[in-house]
Amino acid sequence: MSGPRLQRVADQDRRLIEITVDGWAMSAMEGDTLLVAILAQRSYLREASGEPQGEMPAAGFCLMGACQDCWVWHEDGRRVRACTTYAEPGMRIRTTWPDHLLAS
Amino acid sequence: MAGSPARILIIGAGPAGLRAAEMLAEAGCSPILIDEAPRVGGQIYRQPPRVPGFTRTASELYGAAADRARDLFVTFDRIRQRIDYRPSSLVYDLIDNRAIVASEGKSEEIAFDAMILATGAMDRIIPAPGWTLPGVYTLGAAQIALKHQGCAIGKRIAFVGGGPLLLLAAHQYAKAGAVPAAIVLPSRFESLAAAGLRLLPMPRELSSGLLWLLDLKRRGVPVLFGHRLVKVKGAESVTGIIAERAGRQRVIACDAVALGYGLRSETQLADLAGIRFVFDAERRQWLPETDPLGRAAGRKDIYLAGDGAGILGADAAEARGRLAAHALMTDLGIAHERYRPKPDKTAVACAERLQAAMRAAFDPPADLVTAIPDETILCRCERILAGELRALAGLLGAREVNRAKSFSRIGMGRCQGRLCGHAAAEILAGKLGISLDSVGRLRGQPPIKPVIVSTVAERKA
Repeated sequence: MSGPRLQRVADQDRRLIEITVDGWAMSAMEGDTLLVAILAQRSYLREASGEPQGEMPAAGFCLMGACQDCWVWHEDGRRVRACTTYAEPGMRIRTTWPDHLLAS
Repeated sequence: MAGSPARILIIGAGPAGLRAAEMLAEAGCSPILIDEAPRVGGQIYRQPPRVPGFTRTASELYGAAADRARDLFVTFDRIRQRIDYRPSSLVYDLIDNRAIVASEGKSEEIAFDAMILATGAMDRIIPAPGWTLPGVYTLGAAQIALKHQGCAIGKRIAFVGGGPLLLLAAHQYAKAGAVPAAIVLPSRFESLAAAGLRLLPMPRELSSGLLWLLDLKRRGVPVLFGHRLVKVKGAESVTGIIAERAGRQRVIACDAVALGYGLRSETQLADLAGIRFVFDAERRQWLPETDPLGRAAGRKDIYLAGDGAGILGADAAEARGRLAAHALMTDLGIAHERYRPKPDKTAVACAERLQAAMRAAFDPPADLVTAIPDETILCRCERILAGELRALAGLLGAREVNRAKSFSRIGMGRCQGRLCGHAAAEILAGKLGISLDSVGRLRGQPPIKPVIVSTVAERKA
């Protein structure tokens, strides 16, 4: 599956904002959670990592901050739950752990 | 406490917590109301963000419950200046009479003289092969996506499980233009009809349930009674489900699944508080023990209200919030002459009957959990298979869930057993051939949800 996972069905007349996800510019609507902002444009928060015991693909599960399936990271390394964090203009998000921080 | 007013904490700003706050505010107390969400209402009356462009009315958001939702919000606006409201704040630990609260990346200790826990509920999940595929969401998630964000969880959605909220959510999705691919219920039509008869004295509940069902039928949505979810199909994402009845399988194409077999109480804080738990054989869950007003067993300073103290639904939660506040004020000698508890006690008794009928209608057959195939992922955080737990029950003699957790890591992951704990206990008991209560319950551990280290480190007393 590619393309949007979530379908907007109401309250779509909102201001558009720009965020950056994994280095790519992405537009979101004001009031979107990060999970909605990302999954209204693509199918996954994280794709499968490939290894048999690696990360499973993820797109969130409970949307109420309980299951912890939807972790994403600010580029400075702060971890947040995508389902309970609102997208804000200029936010820079990574959907995998920003291990580039270790290299520096 | 002489001189200074009692410091009263309410955890959770859903219907129970809000009604408790209202009672206390009107008696001149100024409770601290702590809630994880940015706006009040709890999960049931979840509000859209306060942002221009979210224009749906309460009727559009909450349907038949719009009046109740509206009244709660108006009540909150009225008492807002008289209480200490702390949104977006998580109580992640309780130590003696102190709540440890994380908010905006910092944590704080708040001491209390009395506390009302109104922590609510989440979906009861029964794993099936493929349930961890992207596109499978809890039923609660499906509702939150719609209410809070104006989104459907997919284009063609199968609603699988049980409970009145499943029919309501499917109906709301259909109304929003996302007509469900199918409704799959393990319960038989006959059990639903029998429960319907028990609801004859409650015409409002009966007729709304019937309306949802008829509306789905009218829209051509297949409603499959007595069908079990065999598996969710798909390699990297949901492509369909297989449902089965009496050996006959049926494939339903869909790109999303809303999964939930009713609700389970969120009891982690009650556990950390040292409240005594009792096994509720009807709900098949260990629950904090309370008296009829909500006074906790084993803690004189703690009260419970709402679905966190056993599922009775949103209307009863309001009554239970007031009853708990009433008990608290009585115990602390706070005057509040106007309130008469009788109507609320009646409402709770009525909700007990309604819930008993709902359980009879929707509770899945016991072997739906115990017969989960060995290769099914049971714990999605730690990726542990049902078969691994079964093997361990035989090999190491783990006859209790916390021992099984130590051996297998089941329930040790980042959701802390919220999703798998119930199924794990059922499977362990089923494998050992012993009753569910005898395998015990997963103990709550602080922090009850993951908190980043810097938040814990920056704690002010």
